[in-house]
Amino acid sequence: MSEVAAHPRIAVVYDRLRPEERMLFEAFERSGVPFEQVYAPHQSVDFSRFERSPFDVVMERCLSQTRGLAFSRLYAAAGARVINRPEVIETCGDKLATNAALAAAGVPAPRTGVAFTAEAVLELCERFGYPVVLKPVVGSWGRMVSKLSDRDAVEAVLEHKEVLGGPQHKVFYVQEFVRKPGRDIRAFVVGDEVIAAIYRASEHWITNTARGGSASNCPLSDDLVEVATAAARAVGGGVLAVDVIESERGLLVVEVNHTMEFRNSVSTTGVDIPARVVRYAAEQVVPA
Amino acid sequence: MQTFLTPYGRVDVEPENLTLGELVVTDEGTELEVVGLEPVRFEPAPEEDEDWGE
Repeated sequence: MSEVAAHPRIAVVYDRLRPEERMLFEAFERSGVPFEQVYAPHQSVDFSRFERSPFDVVMERCLSQTRGLAFSRLYAAAGARVINRPEVIETCGDKLATNAALAAAGVPAPRTGVAFTAEAVLELCERFGYPVVLKPVVGSWGRMVSKLSDRDAVEAVLEHKEVLGGPQHKVFYVQEFVRKPGRDIRAFVVGDEVIAAIYRASEHWITNTARGGSASNCPLSDDLVEVATAAARAVGGGVLAVDVIESERGLLVVEVNHTMEFRNSVSTTGVDIPARVVRYAAEQVVPA
Repeated sequence: MQTFLTPYGRVDVEPENLTLGELVVTDEGTELEVVGLEPVRFEPAPEEDEDWGE
């Protein structure tokens, strides 16, 4: 980090240049807010020469969650305001931690449990009723998410995880299968404000747009704003995407994403999401 | 426009318009990631890693 000399007071740390990072860079340029692009793979830190961050505000936008958390921790330790803070990334990057935070704050969520042995997780599945959804505690884009219709299917997946999986796969995260209307909702939260939301629809039960789901504008109802705001606060706040499903019990929060993707959502919602994020980052700069 | 010959095919780009972390596609269809600007360097771009996400 020390290789970056005195420069703009905001930095964006990134690795892979996705459409979102390009849109953010363009938004910074359009807004006239000076910023620096910090390409994470080229950075190194010598703790014997650890210096105060040259940036007041650092926006963490790494595709690698491990790298992103590392940079968030480093810049926070060096005195920068990081978007998002390491505690927020730790919570959002781990579904167990997210559910614990949501439960502690009383945010409605699907019935979810974790267990550490096959017997215990089977007991949870029987209690929830089939089908159930088994997910890795750490993972994104709907990877390795399984909808399991009966005990035999659960036993088969558990055996694979126990034999082939690493330590993280020994934490079994299971959720009731909520019958949703062929879509879910993603709400974009910037600071204390829900700025936009989209429906994500798919024929497949996984509606993630990274898996081919299509996006359309979702009006910001009072219920949605309330639940998305509560979820964002529960995990520590910042710039977040809150995934919500509609159920017979009302809106339920499924997960909160800390490095939100929004490439399909700007034209869909008519909201300039990158501009709002840039404005929020600029507001975090401490006045000189 | 400048041509770069890589083990994965040819890339025609404007070096001054490249950004670190950007993906380019060779004439053979391989995705490469820009990992250096001075000089310009490319590496094969991994499609997905276990900890990638949002």
